[in-house]
Amino acid sequence: MDEQAILELLATEVFFAGVTRDDLARVASCGTQVHLPAGTVIFREGASADACWLVLEGRVSLETHAPGHPSLRLSTIGRDQILGWSWLFEPYRWHFDARALDEVAAVAFDGPALRRLFETEPRLGYEMLRRFTQLAIDRLQATRLQLLDLYGPRVGPGPVAVFDDDAR
Amino acid sequence: MRYRVRAHFRETHDVVTVVLDPAEEPVPVPRPGQFCMLWLPGVGESAISLSGRSHPDEPLVHTVRAVGPVTAALCALGVGDEVGVRGPFGRDFGLDDPDLDGADLAIVAGGLGLAPLRPVLYRVLDERDRFGEVTLLVGARAPEELLYPDELERWSRSGAVAVFQTVDRAWPNWPHEVGVVTQLVPLLRGRVDRTWAFVCGPELMMRYAARSLVGRGIRPERVLVSLERNMQCGFGLCGHCQLGPFFVCHDGPVLEWSRVESLMAVRER
Repeated sequence: MDEQAILELLATEVFFAGVTRDDLARVASCGTQVHLPAGTVIFREGASADACWLVLEGRVSLETHAPGHPSLRLSTIGRDQILGWSWLFEPYRWHFDARALDEVAAVAFDGPALRRLFETEPRLGYEMLRRFTQLAIDRLQATRLQLLDLYGPRVGPGPVAVFDDDAR
Repeated sequence: MRYRVRAHFRETHDVVTVVLDPAEEPVPVPRPGQFCMLWLPGVGESAISLSGRSHPDEPLVHTVRAVGPVTAALCALGVGDEVGVRGPFGRDFGLDDPDLDGADLAIVAGGLGLAPLRPVLYRVLDERDRFGEVTLLVGARAPEELLYPDELERWSRSGAVAVFQTVDRAWPNWPHEVGVVTQLVPLLRGRVDRTWAFVCGPELMMRYAARSLVGRGIRPERVLVSLERNMQCGFGLCGHCQLGPFFVCHDGPVLEWSRVESLMAVRER
């Protein structure tokens, strides 16, 4: 897929909605299309973070590990979602592992090239930083909800199907 | 009315589905979203939503989580045991509304919230040609706490419903998503301008899910949430279930997000 094709593809993505055509072309120049077979380890915790991906098809699992648990899945990232923001913030190291759950089609962006672009084009850089920050906020909120353990009977009075007056 | 347990199924470690046959004149057929008061003499009664088919030829089916003495006793019922049934009560999901003809449907369930939505799925599947795209988003704490996993797989394989499942925690062999159910909202099929959403689950989950659905462009009056309050009389008389101007047992449990959003934001003292 050439740069023009990537540009057309990015123009249809919600993440890039509202970005001018010229700016989008600059971003597209940092991208290449990739196909990753199921099971591919895309990055590993602690390794240098030098890329991000716009997932077009398939799903990616974010994972970590602990003694006795070689693979703990934290979340999944799927179609039209961005994988990876550690390339944007020092020390540019991945915090988790990422593994393709299915065959994944994605646009892979060169992280250092994007950083250079954002530094030389601060207006574009600010706009993209806002979008990545929103992405981080959305995932932070989702993580907080996960931590709340929403579905347990002790959170609030419980789901609709069950109500015991004496359960509270 | 007296009913007798025909069968019971353990769904998860603390959730049981009971299938009830009338031992005398049956109660009217509950509509999807309505609930009955299940009564055990000497123990008490509890409001439980219909979780089976809404049809006069079908038994009464309720899915119950053991969270207190009454529900624990309901979960412990054996085949042949008797239980009292009052009802059905409350406002249902309104599936007879002709405005739903041709609509895309977003069905969003969290935890045990899938139980009151299962009758909606049955009805939608029975009248599949009446609707556009149908998407079911299901969230649970862990894979072993998902309700009706066989049916979820069957619905998914049928192609009649796009089913997306997510759990908070999973081991590597879990084939679906990991994360909260609100993260699945971008996967909804169809057009937001003709989508109706049915949401059921813990109130906190419904708040965030409804906001996500509205944020995606679905009209707030088309986001129907099934509320939970302390239902006792079932007639809107005793006041135990009052939520602002509503008596949830009578005006609800199904209400439009546009009418309850501000009420659900009120903090308890």
